[in-house]
Amino acid sequence: MQNKIAARRKFLKGVSAGATVMGAGLAFPGVVLGQGAKLKVGLMLPYTGTFAQPGMAIENGFRLALAEGGGKLGGREIEFFKVDDESDPAKATDNTNRLVTRDKVDVVVGSVHSGVAAAMIRVTKEAGTLHIIPNAGLSQATGALCAPNIFRTSFSNWQSGYAMGVVMAGRKNVRSVATIAWRYAAGEEFVKGFKDGYLKGGGRIAKELWIPFPQVEFQALLTEIASLKPDATYAFFAGGGAAKFVKDYAQAGLLRTIPLVGPGFLTEGVLEAIGGAAAGLETTLHYADSLNTPRDQAFRLNYAKTFKLQPDVYAVAGYDTGLLLAAGMKAVNGDVGRKKELIAALERAGIDSPRGKWHLSKAHNPVQDIYLRKVVGLENKYQGIAVKQLDDDPAVMKACRM
Amino acid sequence: MDFHTFLIQLLNGVQYGLLLFLVSSGLTLVFGIMGIINVAHGSFYMIGAYLAWSLTGQLGNFWIALPAGIALAVIIGLALELTLIRKLYERNHLYQVLLTYGLILVFEELRSILWGDDVRGINIPPLLDTSIALTETMTYPVYRLWISAVCVAVAGLMYWVIQHTRLGMMIRAGSANREMVQSLGINIQLLYRVVFAAGITLAALAGMIAAPVSTVFPGMGNQILIICFVVVVIGGMGSVKGALVASLLIGLVDTFGKVLHLEIGGLKLLPELSSMTVYLLMAAILLWRPEGIFGAKP
Amino acid sequence: MTVSARAHAVVLALALLALLALPVFAEKFYVQFAAKIIIMAILAMSLDLLLGYTGLVSFGHAAFYGVAGYTLAMATPQYQAANFWTSFPLAIGVSALAALAIGFFVVRTQGIYFIMVTLAFAQMLFFLFYDTKIAGGNDGIYIDARPVAKLGEWQPFNLDNFAHVYFLALFFLVAVYLLLRMLLRSPFGRVIAGIRVNEQRMRSLGFPTFRYKLACFVIAGAIAGIAGYLSAVQFGVVNPEMLGWHLSAAVMMMVILGGMGTLTGPVIGAAVWMLLELGFQSLPAAAGIDLGKHWHLFMGGFIVLATLWLPQGLIGLVTGAFKGKAAALKDEA
Repeated sequence: MQNKIAARRKFLKGVSAGATVMGAGLAFPGVVLGQGAKLKVGLMLPYTGTFAQPGMAIENGFRLALAEGGGKLGGREIEFFKVDDESDPAKATDNTNRLVTRDKVDVVVGSVHSGVAAAMIRVTKEAGTLHIIPNAGLSQATGALCAPNIFRTSFSNWQSGYAMGVVMAGRKNVRSVATIAWRYAAGEEFVKGFKDGYLKGGGRIAKELWIPFPQVEFQALLTEIASLKPDATYAFFAGGGAAKFVKDYAQAGLLRTIPLVGPGFLTEGVLEAIGGAAAGLETTLHYADSLNTPRDQAFRLNYAKTFKLQPDVYAVAGYDTGLLLAAGMKAVNGDVGRKKELIAALERAGIDSPRGKWHLSKAHNPVQDIYLRKVVGLENKYQGIAVKQLDDDPAVMKACRM
Repeated sequence: MDFHTFLIQLLNGVQYGLLLFLVSSGLTLVFGIMGIINVAHGSFYMIGAYLAWSLTGQLGNFWIALPAGIALAVIIGLALELTLIRKLYERNHLYQVLLTYGLILVFEELRSILWGDDVRGINIPPLLDTSIALTETMTYPVYRLWISAVCVAVAGLMYWVIQHTRLGMMIRAGSANREMVQSLGINIQLLYRVVFAAGITLAALAGMIAAPVSTVFPGMGNQILIICFVVVVIGGMGSVKGALVASLLIGLVDTFGKVLHLEIGGLKLLPELSSMTVYLLMAAILLWRPEGIFGAKP
Repeated sequence: MTVSARAHAVVLALALLALLALPVFAEKFYVQFAAKIIIMAILAMSLDLLLGYTGLVSFGHAAFYGVAGYTLAMATPQYQAANFWTSFPLAIGVSALAALAIGFFVVRTQGIYFIMVTLAFAQMLFFLFYDTKIAGGNDGIYIDARPVAKLGEWQPFNLDNFAHVYFLALFFLVAVYLLLRMLLRSPFGRVIAGIRVNEQRMRSLGFPTFRYKLACFVIAGAIAGIAGYLSAVQFGVVNPEMLGWHLSAAVMMMVILGGMGTLTGPVIGAAVWMLLELGFQSLPAAAGIDLGKHWHLFMGGFIVLATLWLPQGLIGLVTGAFKGKAAALKDEA
């Protein structure tokens, strides 16, 4: 028995020693990988957890754009550094710091989760590293936290909410709407956007319902909605929560009498999990399936061929990130040191995206068309343009001091 | 809120509580009888859900997947006890917490490798896919009522087994005095193995039957784990009766905490702080009775 | 001094010298990483006071770490810097106060109930910061400008300089170590040791054990506050996970891994833990599976094995080798 104990301890001692040496050793990259004129791109995305699928789609889109551009940015080869942010804001500063300080990347791309993005911005702003956000819609990123080196290629939460608000305001039979969302920054921004767009039309909000993030026990609040009897419900949830909410809403019989609308994230990527209950659900987002423009069709074909998957809004954002970066790099011939010129080039870049044409606002957020979509089968089918070339929340833009 | 809505909210709270009971009963059983705290208990809820999704997909029928999933869960439980859990009997609770915490990480990653990270759904079996109209706007899915019925049935079964069978007698004796039971010739080792397998199978079963309504996604185990602990602590560690009472209590507090409005002196308490209500309840009960409502006095 | 005690002192002195010299030959990232390890080590030492020396298994210790960080964040006016000399004592004070308030209730309980009640209170604090508007909700808040350490005209260090942050952390590591050592060798420390072994007996000897345990709880909370403040300074961001039970569990693991009931154990545990994390995350892909992506698997596996085979922690391995005896697998009651 003593020998067994001793042997086990030796084993564990070895593993600990080996792992710590490995940790120290593997933590020294760059030296081994060799220098050169390669452009270092750091991808900080969720590769595990609930947002793993959007994370993967963003990277796929990004790589596709780069590949279409010849695999180089501004004439330089690209070296990737990847970090899994696990959608954990607590580790976000450490993870970002690893890319910025250890790997010394020239540009950081990330992330999906707003809390993670907020922490990332803290680090990239201080370091001055170019940072492109391919998804996180938190207002602050192009508002109070804006900076010359921070860009976003996706959307702001407010935009999508506002667009649906405008749509609902235009429907005469929708006089009262109940809102329900997770109580956190993103949820509040979506609902504010919706209210800004809807209340202008004379309707009223029946009640604002909130559920702590990320809880998914909706029954109590669904009962509340039923008793309020609004003309429609505006809901924001995403991922697993969205799937569960739509299913619960349908099973509570509310879908028959109280139409459900929301931002695209209510149905993006989760239609298969929801099943048939989502049929006819309307959402607003800056992308839709079956846009049927030549640009979009070419993109979708290429994406499907390369990755054997259908692209979604996340893939488009990743793709556009690649396009934006390429445009900027081209203007400075790959010389990241020419910061001011690079930023100016990025600011004036017009992106011919699969989603349509868009450009950046003063605060570096996309000014773009927001589409109305309806669920048909397993698709979010394009129905029309909800709001054309929508900028961001004026209150948020004012807070940006650049 | 009108009386009608109040009744429906009552139903919501009870239904949520009953499902919580199904998940946490296994946890309290394992602790009460074996003295083991298993923080990975929530992971089995998740494993159950993923098993249900995977098996329904492969076998084509939810009703076949269910017993298959239960069988698999039992096997996993037996194997786990045989390899790891029985090394914890002699250790103090700290080591049990840490080892099983390590297991949470391992299970989460295995799940990611085997089944991926996407959100999955299972359709409600056609047999139960109807709803009962409660008001003119709201209906109640029959499937949820069925879930509650299963929980009640399991509770009844557990009661019967523990109180009225030989196995139950051995279990009760083993929790009171292990050495004595062993010296009487009963194979306590085998007993523990059975109890542990039963404990985690209960959690897995909860995950399986809840899957059609809860959807299947990464991290679902973490959310339910902490609530399970609150249930077990409030009810009394080792008391199945306590777990039932505590689950219902929590189900009701959580449900009504979300919809009631409470403001004291300008401070908005409900529903803004609804997530804290359960912990406040736990702290209050623990300060009144540290061993929980039905727990054995230390 | 005995041979092993002298050897111990020499090793510690050498380690300290190496740490002092680190910024000279290491890159910025590694200095920052080392500072992070040191901050975790301080937190782990504070938990060991409860875990290893007093026998109180607190599952909510991270709460006091987080509270200090949040205190700094909330005491920092927007777009301006707070003063280190006022905000630091304030943060420690708030942590100590929180520990006093919570400890007053929880130290009454024993064993498994103590674990659970500490968890409950920590969760309540967590949700207070997570769900309410008190401090930025679940995205956390920024500390736009790091505290300035000015006393009139004299500014001894600049917290915007990463090397200064490192040295400040190192200073506190040594200070906390010496403080705890002194405390544990004092009569107070003897009573604590007695309480861990047999509280009933200590009570029958006339010691007010409740007060001693509460005092330990508060001291540990205050030290955790030091770590929390430094952590907030390092990157200027605080979020609710700083109060979360996952961090509490990780710190517990660091203490156990390094060796409960020793002072250097938690330091080693923190270092090994953080390096393991980094190491596992940096694993390359093999046989088609991205090993680095699934680093949790290795971390979890390591925790399981370490819990089974290293009950005395890594320190136990070292001292076992020195003294040449095999430690018992059973731990004390």
